[in-house]
Amino acid sequence: MNIYVLLKSTFDTEEKIIIEDGRIADDGVEWIINPYDEYAVEEAIQIRDEKGGEVTVVTVGNEDSEKQLRQALAMGADKAVLINIEEDVEERDQYTTARVLAEYLKDKEFDIILAGNVAIDNASGQVGPRVAELLDIPCITTVTSLTIEDDKVTAIRDAEGDEEHIEASLPLLVTAQQGLNEPRYPSLPGIMKAKRKPLDELELDDLDLEEEDVEGKTKRIEVFLPPEKQAGRILEGDLQEQVRELVKLLHEEAKVI
Amino acid sequence: MARKVIVLGEVYEGKVRNVSFEAIAAAKTIAEGGEIVGVLIGEKVENLAEQLIFYGADRVIVVEDEKLNYYTSDGFTQALMAVVEQEDPQTIIFGHTSVGKDLAPRIATKLDAGLVSDVTEVEVVGENIVYTRPIYSGKAFEKKIITGEPYLVTVRPNNIPALEKDESRTGEVNTLAVEIKDLRTIIKEVVRKKSEGVDLSEAKVVVAGGRGVKSAEGFKVLQELADVLGGAVGASRGACDAGYCDYSLQIGQTGKVVTPDLYIACGISGAIQHVAGMSNSKVIVAINKDPEANIFKIADYGIVGDLFEVVPLLVEEIKKLKASVS
Repeated sequence: MNIYVLLKSTFDTEEKIIIEDGRIADDGVEWIINPYDEYAVEEAIQIRDEKGGEVTVVTVGNEDSEKQLRQALAMGADKAVLINIEEDVEERDQYTTARVLAEYLKDKEFDIILAGNVAIDNASGQVGPRVAELLDIPCITTVTSLTIEDDKVTAIRDAEGDEEHIEASLPLLVTAQQGLNEPRYPSLPGIMKAKRKPLDELELDDLDLEEEDVEGKTKRIEVFLPPEKQAGRILEGDLQEQVRELVKLLHEEAKVI
Repeated sequence: MARKVIVLGEVYEGKVRNVSFEAIAAAKTIAEGGEIVGVLIGEKVENLAEQLIFYGADRVIVVEDEKLNYYTSDGFTQALMAVVEQEDPQTIIFGHTSVGKDLAPRIATKLDAGLVSDVTEVEVVGENIVYTRPIYSGKAFEKKIITGEPYLVTVRPNNIPALEKDESRTGEVNTLAVEIKDLRTIIKEVVRKKSEGVDLSEAKVVVAGGRGVKSAEGFKVLQELADVLGGAVGASRGACDAGYCDYSLQIGQTGKVVTPDLYIACGISGAIQHVAGMSNSKVIVAINKDPEANIFKIADYGIVGDLFEVVPLLVEEIKKLKASVS
């Protein structure tokens, strides 16, 4: 089974967002594997352990993304590929990332490609389905259960809380939803081994792409923080009174019930 | 510049989802006087066409086929692409729902087009249409423009108000015959998991529980409150990790981001990763035993107390209110 995982580095969920000179500051920020991609990595390793084969994790990022790739290798992935386009492409969006990934993957002999269903930073959820479409393979998004027998796949897809039970065949792209599995922590031997596992670095040139082929179709013109929430009223009195007061406030002042 | 805009009317359990009406309102801004064409895709959906027109569509195209009884990427892509080829629109708009999130990137790729997802505000600024969307689960926002046409947009439920329903509006309804070919993914079964049919991401009221709810049993108390308010139940990561409820109910930076009119946080401490998923709710109520809990810092109204005492009282009080106003 030849398995590829699409991975993105994101800010740790604990990070506060700070804006400096109109940009999101990333000095000293803790980076992690996008949590949804972590489910994808874990699932890939489990499939490989059961069926044999190889897991390759691929990211479109910059030199700092190497750390998250090494972490995926420490979890148990076999190979990693960093496609560094930071200096080649100025205007990037999900179109860019998908085009680059698809160009890398198009001549690979993949059986299944796994990705997170969304990244917790830009949260567009576009890259997985876009890559599938570019590669002309079927795609199942937001999967919470995945079973592979020969080339037959059964999956459960989370659709706004409903469960869709879906059948498809390999090759296939699947995006992971929370609940798919419990990602492992890298073990110490895993971390040691990861240092010697292959990590290739590619640039746009290596994929025979030009900047204008992959230039983003959308452009960020501003970034801002939401207005700070003011702490409101803590109600007082005995509980019964507080509840009566709350219902009155929600009805008459906030007008939401 | 007038644009022709297509809006996908999403059908769920025989009704058009509210977010589709909100998408028509977004289309109205984007069209700048151009035509708004509603599209309905399904097995039997033509009867819903007038709803799209009442809410602002100028006409509606219906694609019906028994293979379209459930949403599949392949089936809906084929149906919508046939409409797009016939109509040649400048913009296509979807709700940012399980369907929109799956379908929009595929159509965008087929059209070699840009897509702005999860939009909460649309405005015309000079020559540009500017799209506002949350990033980092609402810890920040970005404004985007799109650099070419056609392009696609998905809009987040509950943010762009729908236009007023006008039952005197009329418009053409046409059927487009599309031969739906092989589907590479087959739906064998759909298991409905929602209790009251109110979607977490579309709900106007969300009652959410954290570790303080202590058990799956405890969530039933919250469900009662959600039921009297016509809302949905959600949960913090802590409650999901502890196995009190399904991950599909999780609200936070991992999980769903919700922006209801009223968010009632019960036994939730207010960790940054949870707050990211709900802080843009219009009114926040916090119920927590710990007066120092972070959640009180962002709540509009707070009650310090045991949720198992407060919530049942709240249910009674709201029932009284509903009885008095009806």
